[in-house]
Amino acid sequence: MGIELPAGVTAEALSEFLLALADDELVLGHRDSEWTAYAPILEEDIAFSNIAQDELGHSLVWFSLCEKLTGKNPDEMAFQRPWEDFRCCRFVAYPKGDFAYTVVRQFLFDVAEQVRLIAISSSSFGPLREISQRIIREENYHVMHSQGLIERLGDATEESRRRMQSAVDVAFPQSLGIFEHLKAEEELVDAGFFPGNDALKSAWLAQVVPVLRKATLTVPVHDHKNTFAADGQSDDGGRQGKHTVHLQALVADLQSVYKLVPNAKW
Amino acid sequence: MPLEQRQVHNVAEAKAWDVLQSVQDPEIPALTLVDLNVIRHVKANDQGVEVEMTPTFMGCPALDRMKEDIRIRLQEAGFKNVRVNVNLTVPWSTDMLIESSKEKLQKFGIAPPPVLQESLPATLLLPVQCPFCNSTETRLESEFGSTLCKQLYYCDSCRQSFERFKPL
Ligand SMILES: [Zn+2]
Repeated sequence: MGIELPAGVTAEALSEFLLALADDELVLGHRDSEWTAYAPILEEDIAFSNIAQDELGHSLVWFSLCEKLTGKNPDEMAFQRPWEDFRCCRFVAYPKGDFAYTVVRQFLFDVAEQVRLIAISSSSFGPLREISQRIIREENYHVMHSQGLIERLGDATEESRRRMQSAVDVAFPQSLGIFEHLKAEEELVDAGFFPGNDALKSAWLAQVVPVLRKATLTVPVHDHKNTFAADGQSDDGGRQGKHTVHLQALVADLQSVYKLVPNAKW
Repeated sequence: MPLEQRQVHNVAEAKAWDVLQSVQDPEIPALTLVDLNVIRHVKANDQGVEVEMTPTFMGCPALDRMKEDIRIRLQEAGFKNVRVNVNLTVPWSTDMLIESSKEKLQKFGIAPPPVLQESLPATLLLPVQCPFCNSTETRLESEFGSTLCKQLYYCDSCRQSFERFKPL
């Protein structure tokens, strides 16, 4: 019990940061699992079931680290917490949509995750460094997979292009909410704990935009210095607990079995 | 960890390692938890035994089963107060599998993981030998497989699908 905090960072700031990580993984993992037995082809069924399992595993890791700060165990966090207390971005909670939306969301999220993990893998905070270095290697498979699907489906047929473009139109503005500032943003940046969400967003844009464009998809951004700047409003609110009804429904579903028989032993 | 690096302080610890050497991985029974190098530390004395382990993949669903198997086997061997702790902050990669594991996997019908290269694409570009006919006329069908630690290949020579331990 108890961990040594990184210099200049309060337990409250660190747990806010970890909770955002954990909830993003838990909620997207749940959405991914909704493709089990329903994906368009068997290989994708297997892939998304694997990815779901990975994401849930990662959320468990972040919740376990959080437990050392808050005393709440991962089961309490996942199964007993009211949906208003989740701190995932809104993006991950939207319904799974069609397969094009799922692929585009997964790609945008996977790269964001990778960028975030790389930023903290050199953190002065030991536990975070070790864990993120391990998780990055698992996430590399996710990026490889979702990017491969973007490249193949972007201009495969007229139908696939139309669907992928609609997915980008919807998902891209939503995805900007991944980088919504935390309450403790300034504190964490000042302490050198992480470079901040604006820096992460730039690194992310520099990576995702060329891939989408190469796949002939139009992205709502304009060139800005050495990277891009996103046009339009970011879909913020999630990091402050201002969620959409979609998260409410997802959490109800996620917690339904647990609530039938609380504390059941399996 | 390699035998020579393993710290064994007393007879009880040596005996505990012997027991653990025979606890199989629930998903790949050809390998033991010691082969996988997931047992990181064993502390034992007359009072009890404490085992520290780490998962292979962070989301490994077999982790609880492994902990349970360890507990049962050590109890059967006469150990009291068996405690199994999971440590997520120690490194693990497929490069850390015990060397003999690769041969065991191949014999079991699962292609072993290659030595990791500088990037994941580079690792996946290495030729992969079919565990059934030894041909390298094989291709990656999916980065993923039937469990988190495997991925799907197809052999163009013997026309069979096979799995490989996912390099991580
Ligand atoms: Zn073959």
